[in-house]
Amino acid sequence: MPLRPRVRDDGRVSTGTAPLRTIRTLYRSDRHRVVAGVAHGLAEHLGVAPWLVMAAFVVLTFSGGAGVVAYGAFWALVPLRPDDLDGADGAQAAAAAPGEHRSVPLLGLAALAIGLALLLQQLGLAPPGGFAVPIVVLGLGVAVLWRVADDAQRSRWRATATAGGGRAWLRVLLGLTLVVTGAVAVVDTGGGAQVAVQAVAAALLVLAGVALVAGPWVAHIVGELRDERRERIRSQERAELAAHVHDSVLQTLTLIQRNAADPRAVVRLARTEERTLRRWLYAPTGEDPTTLRPALERFAAEVEESHGVPIEVVVVGDAPVDERLGACLSAAREAMVNAAKYAGEDGPVAVYAEVADGQVEIFVRDRGPGFDLASVPSDRLGVRQSVIGRTERAGGRAEVRSSAESGTEVRLRVPVAAPDGSAG
Amino acid sequence: MSIEQPPRVVIVDDHRMFRTGVRAELGDAVEVVGEAADVEQAVNVVLATRPDVVLLDVHLPGGNGAEVIRRCAPEQPDTRFLALSVSDAAEDVIGVIRAGARGYVTKSITGPELAAAVRRVADGDAVFSPRLAGFVLDAFSGVADAPVVDEELDRLSQREREVLRLIARGYAYKEVAKELFISVKTVETHVSAVLRKLQLSNRHELTRWAADRRLI
Repeated sequence: MPLRPRVRDDGRVSTGTAPLRTIRTLYRSDRHRVVAGVAHGLAEHLGVAPWLVMAAFVVLTFSGGAGVVAYGAFWALVPLRPDDLDGADGAQAAAAAPGEHRSVPLLGLAALAIGLALLLQQLGLAPPGGFAVPIVVLGLGVAVLWRVADDAQRSRWRATATAGGGRAWLRVLLGLTLVVTGAVAVVDTGGGAQVAVQAVAAALLVLAGVALVAGPWVAHIVGELRDERRERIRSQERAELAAHVHDSVLQTLTLIQRNAADPRAVVRLARTEERTLRRWLYAPTGEDPTTLRPALERFAAEVEESHGVPIEVVVVGDAPVDERLGACLSAAREAMVNAAKYAGEDGPVAVYAEVADGQVEIFVRDRGPGFDLASVPSDRLGVRQSVIGRTERAGGRAEVRSSAESGTEVRLRVPVAAPDGSAG
Repeated sequence: MSIEQPPRVVIVDDHRMFRTGVRAELGDAVEVVGEAADVEQAVNVVLATRPDVVLLDVHLPGGNGAEVIRRCAPEQPDTRFLALSVSDAAEDVIGVIRAGARGYVTKSITGPELAAAVRRVADGDAVFSPRLAGFVLDAFSGVADAPVVDEELDRLSQREREVLRLIARGYAYKEVAKELFISVKTVETHVSAVLRKLQLSNRHELTRWAADRRLI
């Protein structure tokens, strides 16, 4: 990533001549994380080695449990680094080693849980009876749940379905089970099973009460957020439309006014604009430009533009453009140019292409005065060479039918290798 | 309808300039008995004037052309509809035809051609533009591997296919007739048969195909 600006220690970005001030923000590192990426994020931010930060956390944990508290706070408050800030190499690394940060986290989570247990013991909150296994379980559960939230965030950025709904749910379930088990066990060490059940029931009751009180309020906030988001998307669309209209339609209208005296120029401008607008409105996204339909339409558009004659293209079926079809398309383009040149005054040129039975047929028809192929001097390149010769060299066949009454029709036929699904 | 009497026409389009333009282009070839700018107005005008032909824009404020057809057709089976649109989207084209329009032409059509199309529709025949012919061929192709529910409605005959291909190549009915050594009347019969299939065939592919293929 040679173009990525370098961030200097004083927080200024230098890309060469004009240094820009940017605000450096602390992010958790998604790429290098062991648990939640706090340590790596901090290390990157401070410019020290990650292991130093990790060691600091461990030491802090043993001195009163502060390490765990700090880690938890960072996890909760510091956002994950969005992908686009991670740079191209980040995406590459993620793609190259997808399992990299999946192998370690259990270890990390366990370390965190043990730290949590130590902390609670320090604070005297740990239940009597030695090492607080239930609390470790509880902590693990919380950590698993937080991880799921992180993953949900990440998959939103990458817009991928790889996070797998089922897997995420499984992890939520696992986390919840751990939390509940841990909580029950904590209470259980204090009293009998009955006490535990009572405590759980009481907790559920409190939760239900909170939900009842806060529910409508939360729903309202969520609704407002959704409305705001929708409004933002709408205004973005409006802005895009306005930009498009300004760049194309308004521009063309101005040109049309200035060329009002030249009807041919006006028609050409209007047609060009119409085509652009149509493509913008109706074009299917992601249409493969290497197939017959878009290729033929592009040629027709070019000829239309350069000669100011409307060309109507109708295509039935589609096929990938190989060498032979490519030659045939060039021949068709030449036929369109001829039609536009010699019959442009006599109405639109009709182009029809059909893919059927292992061959492509292209018809180019005008309503011009027609001509006699036999009387065209053989040294004239136009029809003989660029249309007929080109098609036949590609293993196809070309026919020209021309008469004074019905104009000229060029018919090109060329076999296609693999008949693509003809239903378009 | 006698030859001397020009067809009575209602023009439905939300642009007044366009209505005026069409009226001027058609001239004496037809008798324009009414105009409308939206669905409500169109239904009222059509029911009040009982025209022979309604020139119908596909997109209208308050609905679309198909809506006008659906609301008028039961009351007035004798009124024919000819869709006239700038839209090339297969959805729009197939949609308005399946609602009952007798034909589809694009707004770039010339005055004399439009007048001929109106007369043809008034006589109960169908009018296919090259693009519509292309759409039909595309939609009915690949029938071999799709389940055919109704043999008669779900397939095009060889002859119908030939006629459509020539129309798609830009041939007028007269030229199609000459090319295939048949009469213009026979060409009209074939096109009407295709229109019927297009309107009545239950091939679910037809609708899906149109929805899938949002353009040319």
